[in-house]
Amino acid sequence: MAKLDLNRVSMPRQDPKLRARNFNEVALGYSSEQAQAEASRCIQCPKHPCIDGCPVEIDIPGFIKAVGDGDMPEAVRILKDKNSLPGICGRVCPQETQCEETCVLAKKEAPIAIGRLERYVADWERANMGLINSPVIQPTPTGKRVAVVGSGPAGLTAAADLAKLGHSVTIFEALHVAGGVLMYGIPEFRLPKDIVQAEIDYVASLGVEIELDTVVGKTISVDDLLNSGYQAVFLGPGAGAPMFLNIPGENLNGIYSANEFLTRVNLMKAYKFPEYDTPVKIGHRVGVIGGGNVAMDAARCALRLGAEEVYIIYRRSEVEMPARREEVENAKDEGIQFKLLTTPKRFIGNDQNWVVGVECYKMELGEPDASGRRRPIAIPGSEFIIKVDMVVVALGTRPNPIIPSTTEGLETTKWGTIVADEVIGKTTKPAVWAGGDIVTGAATVISAMGAAKHAAADIDKYLRAT
Amino acid sequence: MEAGTTTHRLALLEAGDSIADVIGPLGLPTHIENFGTVVCVAGGFAVATIVPIAEALKMKGNKVISIMGARSKNLLFWEDELGSVSDQLIVTTDDGSYGRKGVVTEPLKELLESGEKIDRVIAIGPSIMMKFCAKTTEPFGVKTIVSLNPIMVDGTGMCGCCRVSVGGATKFTCVDGPDFDGHKVDWDLLFARQRIYLDEEKLSFERWQRQSDIRP
Ligand SMILES: Cc1cc2nc3c(=O)[nH]c(=O)nc-3n(C[C@H](O)[C@H](O)[C@H](O)COP(=O)(O)OP(=O)(O)OC[C@H]3O[C@@H](n4cnc5c(N)ncnc54)[C@H](O)[C@@H]3O)c2cc1C
Ligand SMILES: Cc1cc2nc3c(=O)[nH]c(=O)nc-3n(C[C@H](O)[C@H](O)[C@H](O)COP(=O)(O)OP(=O)(O)OC[C@H]3O[C@@H](n4cnc5c(N)ncnc54)[C@H](O)[C@@H]3O)c2cc1C
Ligand code: FES
Repeated sequence: MAKLDLNRVSMPRQDPKLRARNFNEVALGYSSEQAQAEASRCIQCPKHPCIDGCPVEIDIPGFIKAVGDGDMPEAVRILKDKNSLPGICGRVCPQETQCEETCVLAKKEAPIAIGRLERYVADWERANMGLINSPVIQPTPTGKRVAVVGSGPAGLTAAADLAKLGHSVTIFEALHVAGGVLMYGIPEFRLPKDIVQAEIDYVASLGVEIELDTVVGKTISVDDLLNSGYQAVFLGPGAGAPMFLNIPGENLNGIYSANEFLTRVNLMKAYKFPEYDTPVKIGHRVGVIGGGNVAMDAARCALRLGAEEVYIIYRRSEVEMPARREEVENAKDEGIQFKLLTTPKRFIGNDQNWVVGVECYKMELGEPDASGRRRPIAIPGSEFIIKVDMVVVALGTRPNPIIPSTTEGLETTKWGTIVADEVIGKTTKPAVWAGGDIVTGAATVISAMGAAKHAAADIDKYLRAT
Repeated sequence: MEAGTTTHRLALLEAGDSIADVIGPLGLPTHIENFGTVVCVAGGFAVATIVPIAEALKMKGNKVISIMGARSKNLLFWEDELGSVSDQLIVTTDDGSYGRKGVVTEPLKELLESGEKIDRVIAIGPSIMMKFCAKTTEPFGVKTIVSLNPIMVDGTGMCGCCRVSVGGATKFTCVDGPDFDGHKVDWDLLFARQRIYLDEEKLSFERWQRQSDIRP
């Protein structure tokens, strides 16, 4: 047996000093030599545990072998068989807790860089084949119509799969741009918007209609859809409502939810104000409350917009941070400062209602809580003030009640998520399925896609039986 | 009636032109029932907003007394429309160029003092006007509904930009409103949050003016 090659090919990146001031992509992608070298490390083990780690069950050894053989069209075909959005997944999936965690080489701390190879294949396709001309097997139209609510990863996946099966699909999206969090949340430097748009265009090329500016539950109800010729509805509206700390001073000027800040910057291109007409304030000293991917994205955006100092203010320690390891490292390299074991008590404003500081407690870690992480406890008398002139609250999001509160027969949990079958996504309302963050609460792109795939398969079964 | 860049651009549209994106109606509809006697107060453009409300109130059998005010005669519109859905209509202008001279809160106060039983006031217009209508009715204990207009981004409850404080609780105007109890609104907070982008609004408007100067 050939000796195992444990030299994972590293990802070329923009220099941290440069990238901290621009919105261009941080990770630059493999060259063809690097991709081949990485692909040839795969030992093609027969048990392929990587596939079990993938929520959409991509034939990972298969596409990697094609890359190694230099047969790129074949690599594209294998990848797209299971994943309609590989350019996105290759960039933002937490592979370290999925396919790369289960890779046999992970035991030697050198798992195959599956995410980087996935990205390489998707980028190769976009550059060389054009997404629209990708091989699409023309399905036989079934004459059935499906309405998909929301155009995030869940909605796009459900729509693509159903269209590939011959159903006629319309997506209804509240915003004036499709893509969900991929467009308004995750910043350009981590996920370029032209890549997201290209993958949306691919879904549209399958025959999916996209109706923008339509708030289901307000401008049209789920029952309206069912009564106007749609035989099934898939709900993928995400978990888009921001959470706040509910402490004094939170409504001061200069305090944003992460959703507001990121939407202004990413979707409305406030970083190009006044060329684009939506403004955003940028402080000299910015405090970002939270320790997840959203907090990292907000902090790194603030830095790129010209903030002098940016602090992550997080109540636990670094090991408990829910953000991807890689993004924490990226943020540190760029100069983001971490104020750990620290939690806000109140915000302090000036006489013009602008935030000038945040008073915080020092925290210590106690016994593990329900999440298995050690519970942070405020140390009495430890209050201190961090001077800030802008704050982003990035505590996470919860489901928006607009759809559940206007749809009879749709059961929700006490967290506001829609009750749906764990595997097939069937809700308590006839002919209605749901998947993605609206069912799980804020999670990941790939888990939303996985849920949507299973729901689409079940919708197909249902439509063919009726 | 134009304010900044967007309203100036809107005002330049001709019949048949289109706007890229329009979403609505969003938020909660105005609560309508038979209250008895309702005073509808409209400042400036808000006449357009108050006419359908007055009409709906009238259809439910309310006695509707309307007050409409503007800075000057040339800014008044829809006097007949509002008149036709009201039992009584009072018109004011700040400069006295038409109707009664003064601001809308003056006839409002007189109505409250006249001894006639007023069951509800609905006040819509500039924030400052709504604040003073609420201040006027407060000593009389007459429930006063105002329609708030903080800066918004998405209008669907996704960002929290539109948050206001009502009775000490934070509310999102776009989903919980826009109608709130005027006696419970934290007006200073609303005014402060409306001023967040004054500098940028000025910059945007100046830029737009320069560009429209060079356009043929
Ligand atoms: C800043 C940020 C960074 C993230 N980083 C990562 C990452 O690196 N990796 C990762 O895997 N995950 C990441 N996530 C999480 C991931 O983006 C989400 O889990 C995923 O997008 C959920 O997909 P979805 O399709 O369920 O919902 P969404 O992406 O939220 O899409 C829902 C869509 O539905 C629309 N909608 C909502 N309500 C209605 C309605 N009533 N009518 C019509 N349309 C409606 C919304 O406008 C939106 O377009 C991040 C999230 C954020 C906010
Ligand atoms: C009776 C009445 C009712 C009203 N009801 C409402 C209401 O229900 N909701 C409401 O919002 N306003 C309401 N208004 C306010 C009215 O909409 C303002 O006059 C208008 O917003 C001025 O816009 P402008 O673009 O001309 O001014 P600007 O000075 O250009 O902008 C006003 C504000 O909108 C922001 N803004 C402008 N363009 C964008 C953009 N592309 N993206 C994000 N932010 C942007 C600016 O930052 C600024 O804070 C009402 C006014 C009246 C008189
Ligand atoms: S405008 Fe965004 S939540 Fe109201």
